[in-house]
Amino acid sequence: MGKVEKFTNGTTGGPVFVYVQDGRIIRITPMELDESDAASWFIEARDRKFSPPRKTTLSPFSFAWRSMIYSPKRLLYPLKRVDFDPNGNRNCTKRGESGYERISWDEAADIVTSEIKRVKREYGPAAIMTTPGSHHLWGNIGYRHSTYFRFMNLVGYTYTDHNPDSWEGWHWGAMHNWGFSWRLGVPEQYDLLEDALKNTEMIVFWSSDPEATSGIYAAFESTCRRFWLKELGVKMVSIDPFYNHTAGLFADKWFAPRPDTGNAMACAIAFVWITEDLYDKDYIETRTVGFDKWKDYILGKEDGIPKTPQWAELETEIPAREIRALAREWGAKKTMLAAGGLGGWGGACRSATGAEWARLMVSLAAMQGMGKPGSNIWSTTQGAPCNTEFVFPGYAEGGISGDVDNSAAGFRWVYRMFEQKVPRSNINAPMGQHIPRLRIPECILDGKYEWRGKGFCGPSIQAQFHKYKYPADGYPEIQMYYRYGGSFIGTMNETNRYVKAYKTERLPFVVNQSIWFEGEAKFADIILPACTNFERWDISEFASCSGYIPDSYTQCNQRVISLQKKCIEPLGESKSDYEIFAFLAKRLGFYEVFTDGGLTDLDWVRRMFEASDLPKYISWEDFFKKGYFVVPIPEDYKSTPALRWFAEDRKVDTPDWGAPGSTSSEQAEFGKGLQTTSGLIEFESSSLKRFDPSDEERPLIPKYIPSWEGHHTTKLYKKYPLQLISPHPRFSFHTVGDAKESWMNEVKDHRVLKEDGYYYWIIRINTKDAEERGIRDNDLVKAFNDRGEVILAAQVTERVPPGTVHSYESCADYDPVGKPGESADRSGCVNILTPGRYITKNACGQAPNSCLVEIEKY
Amino acid sequence: MEKWNLIIDVARCQDCNDCFLACKDEYFENDFPPYAVAQPRHGHRWMNIMRKERGQYPKVDVAYLPVPCMHCDDAPCVEKAKGGAVYKRDDGIVIIDPEKAKGQKGIVDTCPYGVIWWNEEKSVPQKCTFCVHLLEEGWKEPRCVQACPTGSLRVIHAEDSEMQKIIKSENLEVYQPQYKTRPRVYYKNLFRYTRCFIAGSVALRDTDECAAGAKVTLRNGSKKAIAETEANNYGDFKFDNLEENSGKYSLDVAYPGYEKKTLEIDLKTSINVETIFL
Repeated sequence: MGKVEKFTNGTTGGPVFVYVQDGRIIRITPMELDESDAASWFIEARDRKFSPPRKTTLSPFSFAWRSMIYSPKRLLYPLKRVDFDPNGNRNCTKRGESGYERISWDEAADIVTSEIKRVKREYGPAAIMTTPGSHHLWGNIGYRHSTYFRFMNLVGYTYTDHNPDSWEGWHWGAMHNWGFSWRLGVPEQYDLLEDALKNTEMIVFWSSDPEATSGIYAAFESTCRRFWLKELGVKMVSIDPFYNHTAGLFADKWFAPRPDTGNAMACAIAFVWITEDLYDKDYIETRTVGFDKWKDYILGKEDGIPKTPQWAELETEIPAREIRALAREWGAKKTMLAAGGLGGWGGACRSATGAEWARLMVSLAAMQGMGKPGSNIWSTTQGAPCNTEFVFPGYAEGGISGDVDNSAAGFRWVYRMFEQKVPRSNINAPMGQHIPRLRIPECILDGKYEWRGKGFCGPSIQAQFHKYKYPADGYPEIQMYYRYGGSFIGTMNETNRYVKAYKTERLPFVVNQSIWFEGEAKFADIILPACTNFERWDISEFASCSGYIPDSYTQCNQRVISLQKKCIEPLGESKSDYEIFAFLAKRLGFYEVFTDGGLTDLDWVRRMFEASDLPKYISWEDFFKKGYFVVPIPEDYKSTPALRWFAEDRKVDTPDWGAPGSTSSEQAEFGKGLQTTSGLIEFESSSLKRFDPSDEERPLIPKYIPSWEGHHTTKLYKKYPLQLISPHPRFSFHTVGDAKESWMNEVKDHRVLKEDGYYYWIIRINTKDAEERGIRDNDLVKAFNDRGEVILAAQVTERVPPGTVHSYESCADYDPVGKPGESADRSGCVNILTPGRYITKNACGQAPNSCLVEIEKY
Repeated sequence: MEKWNLIIDVARCQDCNDCFLACKDEYFENDFPPYAVAQPRHGHRWMNIMRKERGQYPKVDVAYLPVPCMHCDDAPCVEKAKGGAVYKRDDGIVIIDPEKAKGQKGIVDTCPYGVIWWNEEKSVPQKCTFCVHLLEEGWKEPRCVQACPTGSLRVIHAEDSEMQKIIKSENLEVYQPQYKTRPRVYYKNLFRYTRCFIAGSVALRDTDECAAGAKVTLRNGSKKAIAETEANNYGDFKFDNLEENSGKYSLDVAYPGYEKKTLEIDLKTSINVETIFL
């Protein structure tokens, strides 16, 4: 046996040490820091001193990476669908049914590049549609925003813009009450850990489960902080239709409002505060506008319905007295509202009532003087002390693409890393052609579609009002689909639409560049086998996204930047994404441009290192040898709590990149106020007033509007009496970690192994609902509605109230028992059941948590 | 002689599975002679996390019990295995010798805790080794403990006398003490898994308010008061750490200005007595 070597790498769930022996990865662990690494911060509060552990934490799915690298589902050589003939019968309608045959890389590259050339010659590059999946790998160089966009920009393409799937309600709703467009409507979180440890008396987790979702990418970095807060006696309340894992570990009280009715509870809380004089009138007077109009709505002067706790009890099924008790406690204590898991986000924002929910969260926090000591919107995940001046790019800053249209490269990174111009496809400019990811099927199958807002509408509050249509004037219809990443339809609503969009002659060519044979890879004409980020070079930082989640590394207890060392050779004939694109680029005539004169992935890593602030602290040789760097905290670190500047009517003093005074000049007084026209929190939104004051689905003031798929849609509710919520998953990250014979399949609360040897996805159903249907724990059940059927394993539980069922979204596979797109799926693709419609006609986001189903024993 | 012990705090475990997965990561396709041969891709749970939900909506809680090999000092597997196939080391760790244990499927059934797994392909019984191969390399803790992000798992390498002090001061227990195997794995807050509660709410019917501060007294079958508590601001109360199937109890609920109420309970498992209106 050879020597064991210890390398470094990174994952969507934390940086890792990788032990390699004889060309094989034998062990993957979290990082234990040593004495030569920068000292950790400490916070003194309430006579105690808090300092984080000297090691990184790791998400469960990251512990399973070895089973995914060495998965029997790995694609080890290029494949061609057996009945696909690019020069003859393509048999497009057979996609998902016919098998595959092995071909050589040369054959695969010839077919793909000749198809690219044919489509460009006959229709133009905009006839090539492409989209990446959801974060199957990690790294700033060889991955999605970087390598992929660099290649695609040289090809030319119509991008299927991703909807703000984790932000929805904040993006389409809250942004109109307080701006923060550069964060897609969610607030800054700087230094709120210290603020909370010193001042906060209560935390209300509302649709928030950081123990399951980690904020994002940040493993369990914030778990120790919640324990500290608990030890300090901070009261914790959880509002979620599911008794989630954060509630299980910490909550003193759990409220489970009927799905989609939390807004009624929020209105009733405001009612109690108004009628019992439990809110910050001075703050409302000086830091907000439009409160009186909203107050009239809450008190019933506008519509004749006072939003009393008794009224809310009928909607939510939470006793009125308990809503009053919560409102009184909240009104009396300095409270952090953990709305969603990141400070923003939350399953409640992905529903028919999501936009109003986010607006109501802002409204409640404003009534309690948000920004004053101990009172804010803060989800306990971000806001650890941190050196934010140290520049190292997040993955969303584009890496080697320098793509200012589809990444945040234009914020700073493109100027630091590139002396010359970068490849750019003008199709991606706002006046080019676009397709919303949520409407790929309609665009393919119907050939036309209109909507508002292109993808993540961050540039301004108004960007989401902009009207688009497909095909854009003068642009072609799609002829080719280049899918990067094997699975993502498990994250898309009314999934059978996507299956049907593959099985049509209207889509003449599909290529899928994937690591595993799963999900959509099974619908491609040509499959190009990619390798994992353990089989190539890269560089990255723990939990650092940047772009629309600026400074997201403040979730971590230490800023850890790691060299992602090539630990092993790519398995089989698989190649790194960079190599695949370079290989194709040769045939397409732009190899020199793509590789910038022949750079390898390691050369690019070095170039990123040099362009960052790393060389000010560590030499390339030392970094290369050690494999990671912990960013030190300045000795004179000064805390600047989020929104304190706003509460105190000062100029902004936080490092937030889009804030007034940094780049934006929308405010009357430069550097002061929020992004709204008034510069204040607007209970009555000026941006909505200018856009469409008669939009009753998104009114000027936030309201409780019953769900378009819930207990008030009586005919449908009678047929499908169970309300399904499907939040972001706990044991996979989007689709990473799930299926592909990963160890995650054996996590008892993730999948259940049945007698047929198949691992079934879990749906949680209340004991009473199960009894009525003759369902016992672990029974196979069929969940269904008019949109489709999914076969799942029942977990009979008291963690959901009667009438509510819970199943995580994002299974990695799609496995129909009969004809694809028209039969039940057994891989756990619960999004087959969720509605494909937008939140509202003008809020073009997804609403999976408004979903009625019935369940029966299978 | 310093020996290895594991402490598991049930109140800090949230079923993240990092311990279970780190164990898979350590042993899948990795042989560590002479202590272990590789664990199969699927099927084994050397760290087996048990789940227990208690109560009824909305008065519920949930506890998880990670169950590894208990590394018992009086281990039935050591006693019953043939040819010294299972042995106790001086440092407290129990090891199944994969060579000597080959073909001895009976070893699986010797363990009352059910923590020994049969590897069909290699025809060998397997279980947690406390990552002894790593400890011998200088690691301070096994993989599961390193992986634990909540501080639920903790390792103690100490003289038995020192460990006894920790057991006493932290109120540690062993799981299923009736097996009398003297485990080296100890649990904190074990009642969250093994025992039950009586919970409910108190409300005032005339005002429809939560009866914050209501006095709730728990009496046993012979009407002796055994615990007393006050309802919180939501009117909620909870008596925990009661024995399952322990028979008759009664609850007295009192609030100034209202008539007292008494509730009879036949306690089988955790129960939400729902809202008591005064």
